[in-house]
Amino acid sequence: MEPRRTSRTVSDPKVRQVGFFTSQHHHHHHHHLPERSFSEPPLPDPFHTSTSTSSAPVTDVSPSGNLLSPVMILPSRHHSDNLHRLSHRATSPTASFSYFARAVVVRENDDSLLSPGRRGIAVKSPSSVVAASSFPKGGFDLTAVKASSVPASKLTTVSVVNLPPGISEKAGGASVEVQNDRPAKSKPLKQKTSKAERRATQEAQRAAKAAAKAFFNLLLKLAVDLYSLAEGSKTSAAVPGPVNSANTKTAKSPKSPSQKNDAVSVAAAEKKAGDRQLEKDRKKDVPHPRMQYDDQSRVEKAKRRAVVKQTEARNRVELFRHLPQYEHGTQLPDLESKFFQLDPMHPAVYKVGLQYLSGDICGGNARCIAMLQAFQETIRSYSTPPEKSLVRDLTAKISSYVSFLNECRPLSISMGNAIRFLKSTIAKLPLSMSESEAKATLQADIDRFINEKIILADNVIVKHAVTKIRDGDVLLTYGASSAVEMVLLHAHELGKQFRVVVVDSRPKLEGQLLLRRLVGRGLGCTYTHINAVSYIMHEVTRVFLGASSILSNGTVYSRVGTACVAMAAHAFGVPVLVCCEAYKFHERVQLDSICFNELGDPDAISKVHGREEINYLDGSTNSENLQLLNLTYDATPSDYVSIVITDYGMVPPTSVPVIVREYRKEHLWI
Amino acid sequence: MWWRSPSFILDRQQQNDTASRNPESISLSSPPPSMADTLQNPNPNTSTSAYYQTRAVVTSDWLAQAQAAVGRHPDDDLPVNDERTKSAAGDAGKPFSVIDEFNSWRKQPDLAEAVAAIRALAAVIRASQATTMMELEIELKKASDSLKSWDTTSISLTAGCDLFIRYVTRTSALEYEDFNSAKSRLIERAEKFGEISCKARRIIAMLSQDFIFDGCTILVHGFSRVVLEVLKTAAQNKKLFRVFCTEGRPDGTGLRLSTELAKLDVPVKLLIDSAVAYSMDEVDMVFVGADGVVESGGIINMMGTYQVALVAHTMNKPVYVAAESYKFARLYPLDQKDMAPALRPIDFGVPIPSKVEVETSNLDYTPPQYLTLLFTDLGVLTPSVVSDELIQLYL
Repeated sequence: MEPRRTSRTVSDPKVRQVGFFTSQHHHHHHHHLPERSFSEPPLPDPFHTSTSTSSAPVTDVSPSGNLLSPVMILPSRHHSDNLHRLSHRATSPTASFSYFARAVVVRENDDSLLSPGRRGIAVKSPSSVVAASSFPKGGFDLTAVKASSVPASKLTTVSVVNLPPGISEKAGGASVEVQNDRPAKSKPLKQKTSKAERRATQEAQRAAKAAAKAFFNLLLKLAVDLYSLAEGSKTSAAVPGPVNSANTKTAKSPKSPSQKNDAVSVAAAEKKAGDRQLEKDRKKDVPHPRMQYDDQSRVEKAKRRAVVKQTEARNRVELFRHLPQYEHGTQLPDLESKFFQLDPMHPAVYKVGLQYLSGDICGGNARCIAMLQAFQETIRSYSTPPEKSLVRDLTAKISSYVSFLNECRPLSISMGNAIRFLKSTIAKLPLSMSESEAKATLQADIDRFINEKIILADNVIVKHAVTKIRDGDVLLTYGASSAVEMVLLHAHELGKQFRVVVVDSRPKLEGQLLLRRLVGRGLGCTYTHINAVSYIMHEVTRVFLGASSILSNGTVYSRVGTACVAMAAHAFGVPVLVCCEAYKFHERVQLDSICFNELGDPDAISKVHGREEINYLDGSTNSENLQLLNLTYDATPSDYVSIVITDYGMVPPTSVPVIVREYRKEHLWI
Repeated sequence: MWWRSPSFILDRQQQNDTASRNPESISLSSPPPSMADTLQNPNPNTSTSAYYQTRAVVTSDWLAQAQAAVGRHPDDDLPVNDERTKSAAGDAGKPFSVIDEFNSWRKQPDLAEAVAAIRALAAVIRASQATTMMELEIELKKASDSLKSWDTTSISLTAGCDLFIRYVTRTSALEYEDFNSAKSRLIERAEKFGEISCKARRIIAMLSQDFIFDGCTILVHGFSRVVLEVLKTAAQNKKLFRVFCTEGRPDGTGLRLSTELAKLDVPVKLLIDSAVAYSMDEVDMVFVGADGVVESGGIINMMGTYQVALVAHTMNKPVYVAAESYKFARLYPLDQKDMAPALRPIDFGVPIPSKVEVETSNLDYTPPQYLTLLFTDLGVLTPSVVSDELIQLYL
């Protein structure tokens, strides 16, 4: 296994390029090295030693040492740099304050450089190199602080301790990228500093303004502060940026308690500004819904702001590293424990988020409606804070909710469209409108969206689709699509004589739910698994499929397995009908199922529910050689789709972009 | 790849060819400038996207093309106009009936059924006694329904009526407060639509000239007036080509076409329907008409079109469809049986035992993947654009 993998990745860099890195060869090494690192003796370098001392047994196999070795000059220099600063900070609180100011500058600057078309972690200054590689310790630090200030639940600690392997691996990748990028990026650094400084001063002014705020506001914030304090490293990292986190971490590596306290006190001193910053960051840098999860810098950034602390699964399949994958079951208690600390999160949103997380709400339409209704709820109880405008503040609020929901479960494309609709509706509110009016309008608009774009659209789809069902038909459907279910039930109500084949697949077995409802209504059904699709297909006359989204090139993005069913149908000459509401259309183009997808719980496929004796993989799930891939969606090329039934009628898949073009632009969905 | 080197005819008549090419290429180059014009001054009304401003269904571009066609062949169209005004005037006195009107239009030999229907519907608006827009619309709807029921199997008739109503009523005229001015707007639009439909054939014939090259062999299936017009124009343009006509059982449509072509001195060869695959390797392109063009971009046409297209596709020959845009129908057949069957008795020449079942369906559906291009009065389209145009018009 090992030689093959290594050789493949090295010889064929394209394999890794899915992660949107440019042709950096090292890269491949770096992502692979961690897996081999067990067998390799760690190199003695300052960095490495610090890592191993600081963290749990997992980390001492951290590859950071041997990873960095080819590039090592840089970090070591940096290390000393850090120590120097550290001493600064230790000496006096004021000094540390000034240091933070500096840190902010660096960070902002970092930001501005990174933001356009970033590649990996484009680090110009050595400081952030350390920041990147330091993350595991930051994480560890977090727990430590938490343990001291808040009665930390055991679960959280566990989850954090789980962190290092994945991250240290990332750190390796990051540091290498650093080396690659540095020559290119070092120039712009200088020019941008002035801008960064300007921003820093703005920051300061804003902090001053904040001080002038009403007293109770501060009081309110105290709660949040407490929370941020508990996440010491998070706050401090968020405030001064990578440099600071690097600092705390280097400070930590010797594990001196005094320094930890120091970090906390610093954080406390910086509390007000820090908190503000944190809040602002949450709103501003809402992680992109399609964040590349092998893009170290972004992941780190997102993590710092994340509300949901998810544990990343370790053995992710090579091609899918850019997607988030988490260990399931660890986040829920953690999130629940945080409920009262999450000041800005509206309970309705929180509830929906938890339901996504636990899988209580699934299915494109259900998720979208739940989200919109939660937003409706938040709008109902929303009041514009003083000195803010509803349009901007509410948009920011929605953005932060969206990022929370995205952390719970990656947003579906339909939800993305709905959010886009909502935001544009907010943006289009006339300024003269009073707050209550605006709120009422927004709520009505959301209602209208749900009604027209989802419920009525489904009715129209049903009306069209039943015309394609004739007596004597055998209809095959895969998984459970709400639209298809409505079509089947309606056709049955109309008295059409047909039989249904429900094809299902592990691990979700959603088809059983559909089957139960269909049989309950008196339809004749056959139930089979996707393994038998080629057997059953010869008796089928129509295939009805649902879709999570249809993209501009006609590609149907749907529950994994759909492509297989569509292709089998195509091979048998059976027409494939895709029922999909037009609000799920997206102007993006996708050719494969790799670039954008969602990874499910790998445990779900390694275990069989209710069959304890099927435990062949027990014990090997943590093996470096085993990577479990539980994909959630796949992409069906439009060649395999005969017709798309949508609320604008029955169209060929090539007409999806026409609908997107003609109906999105003008009235943006309504 | 289908652009083969000129065959025997070209070798023989090299001289004539070069002589005849020049005037013809001049006349052919005139449509592109008119298109460029419309590109430069797009419709100021920006409710449609820029894409459609230049090439919309029934918009300025279409009209420009129609006008260009009129300019070139004024004598073709004038008698039609005369006839129309005459019959409209004659109908004004007695109680109005769409079907009568339709039948009177249908007497013209060259007028397609759908165009006759469109003319008849225009007459409905003119003769209408309605005093409100709603009334008029209902009247129009009734008339079109009765026309459609006159021949339910004709797709172009249904599509033509639907498109007419769509086109005529989808105008800001309906918001005019003054009913009479609104009505005159509608009549105006109806006339325009009728004229456009009449000229469609000519436009298609002109557009398709670029695709017929000297020395080519064209396989034609069925008798289509558009295809005939295309071939006629090509012959007039002194193109050198030969035509293979399938026999077209049971109606002998190919026999009809071959006699027409023989009159034009075009070399023609008749094939029995089952010889399509046999002679396909000599063929450079397949030309067919269409009864209806459906939303998928496929066509519904005379029985046998599907297999001709399949054979051509297998042998990598282009299949061109000549169809007027009023044949675009909002239908989406998934397979052959997914349409209302149009049945026609077949005479086998010998008595058929009653136990033997006979397939009497007259139309088949050719899916879009077997078609190369559609020549329509909207331009030369790929099959997928059909749905584009339909969405544009119907929604």
